Amino acid sequence: MALVNITIEGQHYQVDDSLTVLEACRQCGYNVPSLCSFNHGQCSLASCRVCLVEIKGAKGLCASCVYPVNEGMEITISSPKATEARRASVELILSNHQKNCLQCDKNGHCELLEVAKLVGARDGMYEGEKTPVTIDTLAPGLTRNTGKCILCGRCIERCKNAQGISILGFENRGFNTIVSPLENRSFAQSPCLQCGQCVNVCPTGALMEHSEIDKVDAAFKAGKKVIVQTAPAVRSAIAEEFGEPIGTCGTGKMVAALHRLGFYRVFDTNFGADLTIMEEANELIERIKHKGVLPQITSCSPGWINYLEYYYPELIPHVSTCKSPHMMEGAIIKSYYAEKHDIPVEDIFVVSVMPCTAKKYERQRSQMPNDVDAVLTTRELAKLIKRAGIQWSKLPEEEFDSDLIGEYSGAGVIFGVTGGVMEAALRTAYFWMTGKEYQAINFTDVRGLDGVKEAEVDFDGTKVKVAVTSGMRNAKPLLEQIKAGTSPYTFVEVMCCPGGCINGGGQPYVHPSLLPNEDLDIIDTYCQKRASVLYSEDERCVVRQSHNNPDITTLYSEYLKKPGSEKAEELLHTSYVSDRERFPEASK
Amino acid sequence: MAHLQPAAVKQITEICERYKDEPTPLMMILSDIQREYGYIPPEVQELVSSLTGVPVSEIYGVVTFYSFFSLTPKGKYDIGVCLGTACYVKGSQLVLDKFSELLGIEPGETTPDGLFTLDVLRCVGACALAPAVRVNDKVHPLVKPSQCQQIIDEIKKQEEASA
Amino acid sequence: MAEKITSEAELHERVAHCAACLNKKFKGEDGKKAIVVCGGTGCLSSDSEGIITEFERLIKENHAEDKVTVNVVGCFGFCSQGPFVKIWPGETLYTKVKVSDAKEIFEKDILGGEIVERLLFVDPVTKEKVKSQHEINFYKLQKRDIALKGNDQINPESLDEALAYETFVGLAKALHMTQQEVIDEVSKSGLRGRGGAGFPTGRKWQFAYNEHNDEKYIICNGDEGDPGAFMDRSIVEGNPMNVIEGMMIAGYAIGAKNGYFYIRAEYPVAVQRLQHAIKLCEEVGLLGDHILGTDFSFRCHIRLGAGAFVCGEETALLNSIEGKRGMPRPRPPFPAVKGLWGKPSVINNVETLANVPYIIKEGWEKYAAIGTEKSKGTKVFALGGKVNNVGLVEVPMGTTLRQLIYDIGGGIPNGKQFKAIQTGGPSGGCLTAKDLDTPIDYDSLIARGSMMGSGGAIVMDEDNCMVDVAKFYMTFICDESCGKCSPCRIGTKRLLEILEKITEGRGTEDDLVQLENLAHYVSQNSLCGLGQTAPNPILSTLASFRDEYEAHVQDRTCPAHVCKKLIQYWIDPEKCKKCSKCARGCPVDAITGEVGKTPFVIDPNKCIKCGTCLSGCPFGCISKI
Repeated sequence: MALVNITIEGQHYQVDDSLTVLEACRQCGYNVPSLCSFNHGQCSLASCRVCLVEIKGAKGLCASCVYPVNEGMEITISSPKATEARRASVELILSNHQKNCLQCDKNGHCELLEVAKLVGARDGMYEGEKTPVTIDTLAPGLTRNTGKCILCGRCIERCKNAQGISILGFENRGFNTIVSPLENRSFAQSPCLQCGQCVNVCPTGALMEHSEIDKVDAAFKAGKKVIVQTAPAVRSAIAEEFGEPIGTCGTGKMVAALHRLGFYRVFDTNFGADLTIMEEANELIERIKHKGVLPQITSCSPGWINYLEYYYPELIPHVSTCKSPHMMEGAIIKSYYAEKHDIPVEDIFVVSVMPCTAKKYERQRSQMPNDVDAVLTTRELAKLIKRAGIQWSKLPEEEFDSDLIGEYSGAGVIFGVTGGVMEAALRTAYFWMTGKEYQAINFTDVRGLDGVKEAEVDFDGTKVKVAVTSGMRNAKPLLEQIKAGTSPYTFVEVMCCPGGCINGGGQPYVHPSLLPNEDLDIIDTYCQKRASVLYSEDERCVVRQSHNNPDITTLYSEYLKKPGSEKAEELLHTSYVSDRERFPEASK
Repeated sequence: MAHLQPAAVKQITEICERYKDEPTPLMMILSDIQREYGYIPPEVQELVSSLTGVPVSEIYGVVTFYSFFSLTPKGKYDIGVCLGTACYVKGSQLVLDKFSELLGIEPGETTPDGLFTLDVLRCVGACALAPAVRVNDKVHPLVKPSQCQQIIDEIKKQEEASA
Repeated sequence: MAEKITSEAELHERVAHCAACLNKKFKGEDGKKAIVVCGGTGCLSSDSEGIITEFERLIKENHAEDKVTVNVVGCFGFCSQGPFVKIWPGETLYTKVKVSDAKEIFEKDILGGEIVERLLFVDPVTKEKVKSQHEINFYKLQKRDIALKGNDQINPESLDEALAYETFVGLAKALHMTQQEVIDEVSKSGLRGRGGAGFPTGRKWQFAYNEHNDEKYIICNGDEGDPGAFMDRSIVEGNPMNVIEGMMIAGYAIGAKNGYFYIRAEYPVAVQRLQHAIKLCEEVGLLGDHILGTDFSFRCHIRLGAGAFVCGEETALLNSIEGKRGMPRPRPPFPAVKGLWGKPSVINNVETLANVPYIIKEGWEKYAAIGTEKSKGTKVFALGGKVNNVGLVEVPMGTTLRQLIYDIGGGIPNGKQFKAIQTGGPSGGCLTAKDLDTPIDYDSLIARGSMMGSGGAIVMDEDNCMVDVAKFYMTFICDESCGKCSPCRIGTKRLLEILEKITEGRGTEDDLVQLENLAHYVSQNSLCGLGQTAPNPILSTLASFRDEYEAHVQDRTCPAHVCKKLIQYWIDPEKCKKCSKCARGCPVDAITGEVGKTPFVIDPNKCIKCGTCLSGCPFGCISKI
């Protein structure tokens, strides 16, 4: 890497020669509007023509998102020619856009709307025919509206790079081009994981979570006891929705807000996470002791379970039968908790706030009906809070409700980041295998955001190799290894979204152009920042191991007896489908 | 999705095998399948995907991009009216309109009996014979709208004779 | 198995032998008469294959195998007069031959030595019968020995006949030169890309040569999509070896060991002849390892296009070879740096490569002596539309439009007025009567708002509406836009919608302003050449025929009587013979009258303007107003 001299608007700058013109401009303090470009231009087709600038000597205007800087380059952003061209590009895109912004759930986070404001787009400049629109609301997790799609291709890249499955692709040609799963099918009729990574990168409302706010509203209206639980990763990001810097811990204010929204109880899914560890660590030890199928693979990520069933059904015997934490917690709320308080189960409505869109699908699986009644994403929760007029900045910090299942350990908190389940499980497994607590508490080898991490753990002489992976593209080689029978590991953690739940498909959008106060490299650092929220909360916890959570201990002694008991099997374990059809016909 | 006949699976596997030493042979494979079967339905694309490792969404994207590939079977007789410039300035649009009217289908469609598909062609290199109409491999030169009925009738007669 | 050609000496020996053989064939010194039949697309459509079969049958029937041969050759180029049959020796050229004529030719000419007068070409001006090809005006001004070399002389499926035309002699010479010397030779010749933009070929090669990479590719762009242009097809069909040689020289120059032909799937004959030619070359060792005993190794591969005009754009073409949607890539990086499979690649058009052997064999000076200051050599045009002599012509750069249209093309048929000529297809523009004496070269065309393009040249007369022509091209572009970038995907659609408004009589002055502004925006800001040139037909017709646009907008009339919504059919009651033919032919019963009693009248509200009555009236009473 070397520095080059460039001029922007007549001012001299030195920038790194690896930058694109767009990046160089932003670095030097010029916010060139852009739309299709994402992630340093690695995902850029240069197709939207919104980031056009003038470069001296070049033919016509240049798409700055893909144009590399070079020595002596002279860049003009605000010439009439460039300004008018950028505006015309946006106006043309708007002429083929479903412009019902008032009803659009993306309003407020829409990059197109922001760019339209920036370039001063005029309404109705190029009205004409629109590309035929497809709206897909069939899938529980995701919705797709081609009328809002600008064909930037970010989702296509993300699906390919994160999950390696390329569910989405361009279809047709010219004015009829759309982005869709095969044959313009629904996500529900394709082997889609519903992980929502595509939603996270979509600049407009073309790809969204399938909202369940209406369901929650209806439950309140019907007078149900609406109990809410929030996943660990939600607290790592919810504050972003209210303008706080990425990496702000939102636990206390979030709980306070939930109290104000009228929920009957506000619980932490961390309890469910602790419970998962009890069951899963027990299952692991059983497998080790009784020479069961190894390596055991974690099961808390429903996106991963979808991947398993669609692409690696032969690995089902490896996968833990544990339900995911929120499903376990839902099951316990509707059994143990309800019984203890003598509340009729039908009066209870369990809402899970998750960083995840696949959880919306998961709760509708026929293998675990009615454990959870609605799943809201982090973004949807923020909407509820805003709708109620609650001012985030003025909220106090409050504690989760302490009512039978209110306690949680630090082990549960770190579930939200890749390696967290592994570390939590190791803390408990170590205790059970050796009869003593692991002194250092933290297993730092499994931390970090690498796609694949491995570690060797010494259980007092018994050495166990473990691996952690996130993103199905990263997981694939490990899974192939297991399939071939050559896997050296005993326990493998698999999370669907790269980086784990902190980067889930239901988390607040990280669109750098809409985050003027964040650093320029925020797209590279936001996962780390969110992860550190969870690790700090773990450090602050008094109880650091799941088996030491007092509510867990009581639950087992009074209700479940022991991990893996018949009752535990009934409530906390599930099964998988080995012949799931990849391209089913429409069910309705 | 429908299941493929074993014979089709075998043949498509052979086609993919044919190009296994070629880098990025997708277009060649699809061209051969199109020629062999007259169309490339999604179930065939899935098979090609599993044999080549190219995601099926990408294959579908390719099939729907190139006008030579078709998702649905073409009629037994593919009537292509050239709308190349030389033909257009000599009135081939009127010829296309006439065929459309006589067959009761729009360009790109196939008659319900599966006999005719009406297509628009972009220059078949027979500019001196404009307007040119190609029926399968045979080019009819200097076609006037008034001759369209005759071309259709001839095919129908031929069909009846062979039936 | 064919005899290998393993050294330059062997090549020259073989060339000399083949040339002597072909010469004997042409002069009849082998004691045989030779019948050659045009195998160009136009003639094939008129069943020239059937003519060959018929001659073969006649030869067999008459046991004349030792006296007569028959074979196919490439395209004669004069497509409106095809199919052609030429008899050697003597070069008698028969035109518009039908299968049923073969017997007469065989019996009278071949066996009887008597010319079949009725099949000779008749000069449209002098009305005289012309016996041989070179006496026909259409051919007189042409220079058909560079790109179309041997095209109507040799059998495209015979290596020997190609060798007789000194094919591969240029390659042998190049292999003596350094790579840089070859590039310099081509640079100095002034050769520019024949596919469209006219980028200097030598400079393109130099960029790729400068890249250090073990793997480089040379790609021949035969995805000729310009509707109305078919020169690349004819070149490949007529003399595939010449293109292979050009590709090999390019490959040697830049350091490529593999070449890819990208040919439209719609050109099955071209593909088949090219495949055959590659096979023949491989058999004798002209393709493969250690060509002509040197260290140069080269292989040719064929990839088929699949019906996407945009794949003529070089980066879209690369994506297509890579098995992807043919969507262009942003530049930089340029293909010469990062092309096919990420390797340095040069993409040259078929005609460009067909020029290369001549340049190397004859030397750059001889080549550069042809043409104008900045455009050297010859250019092949597909002359079509409203012109008497439709066909493929190769002329020196600098030939004027007047020479092209009137001397070679024989003028406008039916005594109509010349109105415009569209060059460069959908990417080009139209030139008008005031440009007739413009020498045709890259720069003069661009200066007049058009471009050379691949060489389509469509003549239009007074019956063509220029707004309609612009709409035609825009429809084409809309269909063929890949859909990637918004200016092209949405912009061309909006341009088309405005044109539709105008041609349907709903346009306003504001629409004209919007049309012009948007056209400029699309051309300046589209991602690739397709979008950048797409508005040219609009901009050039606006520049030359603004009055026609204004007539549509202000007076709601179409001066050329083309735009259906703006015209009415009218029966002149004075002339009407009351015969009812028009009423009987009308598909919507819009015409009423009483036979023999009252003149017939068209109800404009019912009329769908199909034109059946106009073309059907035996007395010429019906007109468009």
